[in-house]
Amino acid sequence: MSAEELAERFSRLFPRASAPPESTSADGVSADGVVPAEPSRPAQETEHAARGCHLEATLASGEVVAAARLMDEHGFAIDAVTGVDWLAEGQMEVIYDYFHPVNGLRVAVRARIPRENPEIPTVSEVFPGANWHERETHDFFGIRFTGHPDLTPLLLPEDAVYHPLRKDFSGE
Amino acid sequence: MNLPEPFRLLVFLLGTMAFVGANAAYLVWVERKGAGRFQRRTGPTEVGYAGLLQPIADAIKLMSKQLILPPGVDATLFRLAPLLVLAPAMMCFATIPFSETLVPRNINVGLVMVFSFGSIHVMAIMLGGWASRNKYAIISAARIVSQNVAYEIPMLLVVITLLMVTGTMNLHEIVQQQAGGFWNWNFFRLAANPLMPVTFIIFYICMLAETNRAPFDMAEAESELVAGAFTEYAGMGFGVFFMAEYANVVIGCSLATVLFFGGWQSPIGVLPGLFWFLLKLYLLVFSVIWVRWTFPRTQFYGLLNLSWKILIPLSLFILLLTSAVMKLF
Amino acid sequence: MRFITLCVRTLAVSESNFISAAEHAGETFVLNLGPQHPATHGVLRVKLTMDGEYITRAEPVPGYIHRMHEKMGENRNYAQFLPNTSRIDYLSAMHYTHAFVGVVERAAKLEVPPRAEYIRVITSELNRISSHLVWFGAFLLDLGGFTPLLYAFDDREKILDLLEGITGSRLTYCYYRFGGVCNDIDDEFIRGTRAFLEEMRPRLKLYRELVTDNIILRKRLIDIGPISAELCRKYGATGPVIRGAGVPYDVRRSEPYSVYPELDFVVPTHAEGDCMARYLVRMEEMGQSLRIIEQALDRLPEGPVLGKAPKTVKLPPGDYCYAVEAARGRFMVRVISDGKEIPYRVKLRAPSFSNLSLFEEASQGMMLPDALAVMGSLDLVIPDIDR
Repeated sequence: MSAEELAERFSRLFPRASAPPESTSADGVSADGVVPAEPSRPAQETEHAARGCHLEATLASGEVVAAARLMDEHGFAIDAVTGVDWLAEGQMEVIYDYFHPVNGLRVAVRARIPRENPEIPTVSEVFPGANWHERETHDFFGIRFTGHPDLTPLLLPEDAVYHPLRKDFSGE
Repeated sequence: MNLPEPFRLLVFLLGTMAFVGANAAYLVWVERKGAGRFQRRTGPTEVGYAGLLQPIADAIKLMSKQLILPPGVDATLFRLAPLLVLAPAMMCFATIPFSETLVPRNINVGLVMVFSFGSIHVMAIMLGGWASRNKYAIISAARIVSQNVAYEIPMLLVVITLLMVTGTMNLHEIVQQQAGGFWNWNFFRLAANPLMPVTFIIFYICMLAETNRAPFDMAEAESELVAGAFTEYAGMGFGVFFMAEYANVVIGCSLATVLFFGGWQSPIGVLPGLFWFLLKLYLLVFSVIWVRWTFPRTQFYGLLNLSWKILIPLSLFILLLTSAVMKLF
Repeated sequence: MRFITLCVRTLAVSESNFISAAEHAGETFVLNLGPQHPATHGVLRVKLTMDGEYITRAEPVPGYIHRMHEKMGENRNYAQFLPNTSRIDYLSAMHYTHAFVGVVERAAKLEVPPRAEYIRVITSELNRISSHLVWFGAFLLDLGGFTPLLYAFDDREKILDLLEGITGSRLTYCYYRFGGVCNDIDDEFIRGTRAFLEEMRPRLKLYRELVTDNIILRKRLIDIGPISAELCRKYGATGPVIRGAGVPYDVRRSEPYSVYPELDFVVPTHAEGDCMARYLVRMEEMGQSLRIIEQALDRLPEGPVLGKAPKTVKLPPGDYCYAVEAARGRFMVRVISDGKEIPYRVKLRAPSFSNLSLFEEASQGMMLPDALAVMGSLDLVIPDIDR
C-alpha cells in the first residue's frame, strides 16, 4: 500500500462535498485552513522530508471515526491525538496522527470544530489507545469527545476545570 | 558447666540474649559489607574502623525514633507482634549445642522444641501484618502463612528422614553420633541414605523459605509490597523484626550444622569444638547472604509450586528410600 | 492458589479502617500502588482492583509530575525551548533534543554538516545504551535482584563521564543546536568511546551469563505478560514493546533521519511478546548501538560541526513533525508555526504515554508480582508520561 492508494481511498470515502463548513467565526474562514485541499480530494500527499508526514487529510468532524476505521483496516497504529486552538478563527482543530508499524507510512487526519462548542466523536472504540490521548486533549483544550467512556482529567489535577492550552488561558 | 542451676540458667539466658543481639547487629554489618563486595562497592566505612560501629549507630538511631501507632491499628496485637517474633527465636537457642559442654538445656526432644518455637515467628509476622490493617501488610500476612504451610512439610519430612538415621531427637546426641572425621557427618552418611546431599539441599531451601530470606522473601518483597507485614512499623518495632530475621537465619544454619555437618565436631581433630561450630555456622550464614545478593526473587506461585510439586514429592521419596535402605541393610 | 486468594479475602474483609464498606460487600479491594511505591520508579499511581492477589483492574493514574511543557513551548522561542526537551525523558535527553532540533531544521531548511550528524548518532547511541542500562538495573530491582543495578550503573558511569566531557552535563544534555552540535568532539572522547566499546562487549556477555541465563529470572519473565503486536498497534505502543511483539518497527528505519540509513545495524525483534522478549530486545539493542557507534567513529568526517543558522529562528507558517527513535520508542515533536519567533503550538508525543496506556488491558487477571514485572518491562519514565 502506498500513500497514493490511501489518498485515493480517502477521496472515495470522504467526498469533499459532504463536508459542511463548520466555521462559526464571524469572517467565515473555511474549515480547512491549514491544508487548502482541492474540493474533491480531502487527502493530500506531503513530502515526508519537508513535513514529517506522508499523507494529510482534512475531514469534517463527523468523519474522523470512519477515517480511524480506514486506518485500522490498513493496519495503522494510533500515534497521537491532539488539538490546536485557532483563537482568531474561532475554531479548534483536532489532529489524529497515525503511523504504520510495518511500512512506516505516516498519516495525519485533521478536523476543525467550532471553538464555542468543541465536540467531536471519539475514536477510542476503534483505537483503545486513543482513550488517553483524547482525555489529555480534553484536559488541555476542553474538547469534548462524544461517546468517550471517561473524560475526567488525566494529567491535570482531578478537580481541574481549566484548559491550559487554550490561547485565552491566563494561568490565574 | 558446673554452676548451681539458677546461676546456670541466668548465665545462659543472658548469654543467649547477647548472642542473638550481637549476631543480629553484626550480621547486618556482614550483610552490608558482603553486599557491598558483591556489588563492587565498599559498604559501610564511616562509623568506626571499616564501619564496624555502624550497627551500633543504627541501633541508636532506631531506638531514638518515635514508635508510631497508626490510627486504626489493633494496638495490642500491633505492639505484641515484634515481641512475639523475637522471643521464640531466643527460646530456640536453648537447645542448640554450641560445643560438647556448652549446651544451655540438653533435652531429649530438642529438635521438636526448635521446630515448635521456630514456627511461632511466622504467626507473629502474620499477626503484625494483620494488626497493621494495611493492605500491603495483609497481602504479606496471607503470603507468609501459605508459604510457611508449604515449606514446613518438606522440612519436617527431611528431618524425619534424618531422625530415622540418627534414632534420637536430642541434638547433643545427634552431634555425638557424628564424631571422628568428617566422613561420619550425617551429610556423608550415604550408606543410610544415598540421597543425603539432596536431603541437605531440600533442608537448605526450606530454611531460606522459612526464614523469609531471598529469593523467597515474599513477606517483605520490597519492590512489590513496600515492606510487607512491616510496612506500618517504625523505629525499633521495625528493628526487632530485623533482629528476629537474623536470629532465625542463625538458628536455621545452626540446625543445619548440627544435623548435617557434625556440629562442634572437628574434621581434623584440632582446635576447640566451639570454634568449629561457629565456623560451620557462619559459613552457612554467609552462603545465605550470598544467595540473597545473587538471585532475583521468585514469584509467589512459583514458590508454592516448588514446594508442592517438587520438594514434597522428593522428600517423601527420600523418606521411603531411607526407610527401605535401613530395613534392607 | 485458591488458598491464598481465600486467605487474603478473609483477611481483607475483616474489620478495618482501610477497607471500605463497599469492599466488604464485594469480593475485591482497591490497592493504591503509588504515587510513592518502589516499583513505579517515580510518581506514578496505579489503582489496582484486586481479588486476592489477582488484579481484576489496573487503572494507571498519571499526572503527578505534569509540568505542561507544551504550554511552555508556546511561551518561549525555539532556542529557549530546546533545554525543556531534555527534561521530558531524563534518561534519553539526546534523542528528545534531537527530535526538537530536527523539527526546526526540517521547517527552516537548515543544513547540518555531516560531521555533526555523525556526532549526533554517536552521542544518541551512547545515550541509548546508558538509558537501557538504567532500565536493566531497575528492572532487576523490580524482580528482587539487587546486584545487577550496581554493575549497570558502573558501566553507565563511563558513558556519563564521556558525555560530560563534551556536553558539560551528565543527564539533561542540551548538546544539539539548530544546524549541528555546540562542541566538537576531541581525541579524548574518541579514545574513551573506543575504549568503552571494548569494555562493554564482555560486559554484555557477563550480563547474559549472570542474569539472562538465571533460572529464576527466566521463570519470572518467560510467558509472563504477553503483549501482542495487535495490542501494540491499537495502543500505539512503540520501541522495545512492539519489537518484543515481533514487529521490526524502528523510526531509525521507517522514517530515516540523520545518517542512520548509511549505517549497518539490525533491529532486534522477538516474536513471543512476553517480558523476556522485551528484555532480550533491549539487551540486544545495546549490542547494536555499540556497532553503530563503532561504524560512526570509523566514518567520522572532518569539517565544521555547526552549520549556518539565524540567531533567532523563525519557522515559515505551517505544521511540521519530526520523529526519532528514543530509548523507549517513538518520540515525535509536532510544531505548528505562525511565522513568529515563538511556536504557535508544540505537541510532544511521548512513547511512555502510549506504552503505559496498554497496561490496563495487558495486566488483566495477572498476579501482583507479574503485573509489576510487566510494568518494569515497559520501561516507564514517569516525567515522559506526564510531560
